Amino acid sequence: MATPVLDKVEAESAASPYITVTFRIRRFNPEVSAEATWEDFQLEIDPKERVLDGLHKIKWELDGTLTFRRSCAHGICGSDAMRINGKNRLACKTLIKDINPEKPITVEPIKGLTVLKDLVVDMEPFFQAYRDVMPFLITKDTNEPTRERLQSAEDRERFDDTTKCILCAACTSSCPVFWNDGQYFGPAAIVNAHRFIFDSRDEAGEQRLEILNDKDGVWRCRTTFNCTDACPRGIEVTKAIAEVKKALITRRF
Amino acid sequence: MKIHKYDTVIVGAGGAGMRAAIESTKRSRTAVLTKLYPTRSHTGAAQGGMAAALANVEEDNWEWHTFDTVKGGDYLVDQDAAEILAKEAIDSVLDLEKMGLPFNRTPDGTIDQRRFGGHSRNHGEAPVRRSCYAADRTGHMILQTLYQNCVKEGVEFFNEFYVLDQLITEEDGVKKSAGVVAYELATGEIHVFQAKAVIYASGGCGKFFKVTSNAHTLTGDGQAAVYRRGLPLEDMEFFQFHPTGIWRMGILLTEGARGEGGILRNKDGERFMEKYAPVMKDLASRDVVSRSIYTEIREGRGCGPEGDHVYLDLTHLPPEQLDAKLPDITEFARTYLGIEPYTDPIPIQPTAHYAMGGIPTNVEGEVLADNTTVVPGLYAAGEVACVSVHGANRLGTNSLLDINVFGRRAGIAAAEYSQKADYVDLPENPAQFVIDQVERLRTSTGTERVATLRKELQETMDANVMVFRTEQTIKTAVEKIAELRERYKNVSIQDKGKRFNTDLLEAIELGNLLDLAEVMAVSALARKESRGGHYREDYPNRDDVNFMRHTMAYREVGDDGTESVRLDYKPVVQTRYQPMERKY
Ligand SMILES: Cc1cc2nc3c(=O)[nH]c(=O)nc-3n(C[C@H](O)[C@H](O)[C@H](O)COP(=O)(O)OP(=O)(O)OC[C@H]3O[C@@H](n4cnc5c(N)ncnc54)[C@H](O)[C@@H]3O)c2cc1C
Ligand code: SF4
Ligand code: FES
Repeated sequence: MATPVLDKVEAESAASPYITVTFRIRRFNPEVSAEATWEDFQLEIDPKERVLDGLHKIKWELDGTLTFRRSCAHGICGSDAMRINGKNRLACKTLIKDINPEKPITVEPIKGLTVLKDLVVDMEPFFQAYRDVMPFLITKDTNEPTRERLQSAEDRERFDDTTKCILCAACTSSCPVFWNDGQYFGPAAIVNAHRFIFDSRDEAGEQRLEILNDKDGVWRCRTTFNCTDACPRGIEVTKAIAEVKKALITRRF
Repeated sequence: MKIHKYDTVIVGAGGAGMRAAIESTKRSRTAVLTKLYPTRSHTGAAQGGMAAALANVEEDNWEWHTFDTVKGGDYLVDQDAAEILAKEAIDSVLDLEKMGLPFNRTPDGTIDQRRFGGHSRNHGEAPVRRSCYAADRTGHMILQTLYQNCVKEGVEFFNEFYVLDQLITEEDGVKKSAGVVAYELATGEIHVFQAKAVIYASGGCGKFFKVTSNAHTLTGDGQAAVYRRGLPLEDMEFFQFHPTGIWRMGILLTEGARGEGGILRNKDGERFMEKYAPVMKDLASRDVVSRSIYTEIREGRGCGPEGDHVYLDLTHLPPEQLDAKLPDITEFARTYLGIEPYTDPIPIQPTAHYAMGGIPTNVEGEVLADNTTVVPGLYAAGEVACVSVHGANRLGTNSLLDINVFGRRAGIAAAEYSQKADYVDLPENPAQFVIDQVERLRTSTGTERVATLRKELQETMDANVMVFRTEQTIKTAVEKIAELRERYKNVSIQDKGKRFNTDLLEAIELGNLLDLAEVMAVSALARKESRGGHYREDYPNRDDVNFMRHTMAYREVGDDGTESVRLDYKPVVQTRYQPMERKY
């Protein structure tokens, strides 16, 4: 088992920041084998770096075939949700020091979506569920104002939390209901429906609620809170789902 | 190989690409090719806001905005374009609101506005509140709102398709766009898209620097594709270094932080911007602030054991204000630095941020083959393009504006063109260049590694063509880039497969970065003056006599196959404003 070793490389500050870390990565490439396997990589890395930096180090210095998605590298584009030490997180928003680097760090693709290669999954079903909730402002076109529509700061605040979603799928792919049945809309789609249902400018709340009243809709939610724990944007996902359920009962939103 | 036929093809699904797609899909059969899922585009990283003289909170008008844009760009701005930008800003913000964008609101329920660097009332009198914003995730909300409206309009996306070549056919002595060639990440298949009109909206190229706010995927693919086909690139020496990147990481902390009252301090706690910009202080334009920071550092007033950064101080602002207005960037400080911005100042340094230069276009988004000739069927908008509304230095909040105003214009112009034009014949073996490029890399047994070359490129760019430049440093960069380009011929990759071969694409992206870095350095060497983002210590003054002109860089291939950059120049369009000295 790897233990942290202080390296003796000359560094600007007193001691070198580097430690030795093992990344244990779930590998799968159907061009090579139909089986997925675990592979270990050892790295010297500053624990203040991101898991994404570790994956890059592996790809750039050890094994160019390691495949994952990423772009922004600071938690804003939603490309790199993965299961890290058994929990869904963004690799670029997780620092190595925060996840117990004395033990091997396990990295797997998110669950419930088909794995295409290494950490890359098929995102299409996820985006389809999103599109199915009509994720766009719907208004009766009759009297469009020439200037902006007015909205009070309080009305704006009502749906603030759910506007933060970056569609990373960390929530949906942490949901046991979704693992068992991919037909379930999943938390992310409900979050995005919430964003419009509770927008005072939107006029299609009823329609959206009907969509979510479906057998694959909000009622499937078992309130396990996995989604809320997983969300890298700190969205109170379970609360949003509960608000949608409540709106379905009271028809008030 | 597959061949597709569309009226209009858009390359890129960031703000510019999707704004164009919404217009173009209504008018013509449109395909959007994008190397990232649309919502992954870097427009989503933009924080601070989008400028428009709505005058919701104080007196303002588009003429003041035009002036600030021209002055901010150190008078290299084409003033006709800047006027369009400032005038159409108002409708473009209102359009986004109608599409559903959740802007922050004033107590009256109108769109709230805040201060931003370089935006002033009445030609520089005092800062003005012109930036429309949604907390510090304005770009995120723009990207989401545009994607939502693309879903609504049924825009057709080809996700994870990398455009690697531009097809040009000569008809009656005129170079016309015939389409593009794309590589499908999931399968490795090559696709030819024949189109009457092509719009490039593929974003910036900041990844040739090491410390940058740009995403890993901003590798200038669009600029490189047209440049390789003999079309010019304009003003590539002008790159913006944003004053407040997280120390060593480059992650951006929006200028909105200073708009909300944040202050820059050196190791003595001094608010040093008062010395350099007595009126606008911390909100002077970005090039001025970045140079001031490095001057402090060079003169020994930097912070930390190595004195290599300064502080962004937000500690005097109420925590409620930080939570409401700057939630994301305060979280970046906590996540990546372990610092609590309520109580501790944040270490920052300038970070490579924005390409002012790019593919030259006119105000309709039509791409230029030289100073005046339009390439029929070819359009560009957003950071990939150079209209030029940003001149030598872009004002904060003017890019989110640019992508909306000129994305929309390009979408309309391209679709209208494709409705009346005929298809241009594809060149013979249209996919040959891409097939060869992919095969060469896949089968190469060379000894050079992509990551090594990229790192060396980034290091030389940071050291030699960043905030301060001299003939000597630029020459060092030019030589290093030439060496790297030579070594690139000997590059090989480990992944030889077809499926999701990101190893291959990183190699191709590096080739693009090398081409563009060369153009940038050669353009910078020839500009023997200082203007906006291009600061030459050996020529510290602006020289309007010799350099009030846009650089136009062309790729030249000699008879023996050697490549070089040829420079030409284009006049600046001046309408209302005569160049003045720039003071803040
Ligand atoms: C951190 C940060 C903060 C910023 N904050 C602000 C701000 O507050 N206000 C402001 O006005 N500006 C801001 N900017 C600048 C502004 O956000 C960008 O200039 C602007 O969003 C660029 O938009 P775009 O549509 O041109 O490109 P992008 O959003 O970068 O999109 C590029 C698109 O092109 C696609 N693409 C690239 N290459 C290819 C290829 N080969 N084939 C197919 N598709 C390809 C990508 O998939 C992507 O969809 C900020 C920039 C950064 C980096
Ligand atoms: S709700 Fe959170 S976890 Fe779910 S997709 Fe959105 S950002 Fe990701
Ligand atoms: S790379 Fe963008 S969220 Fe991680």
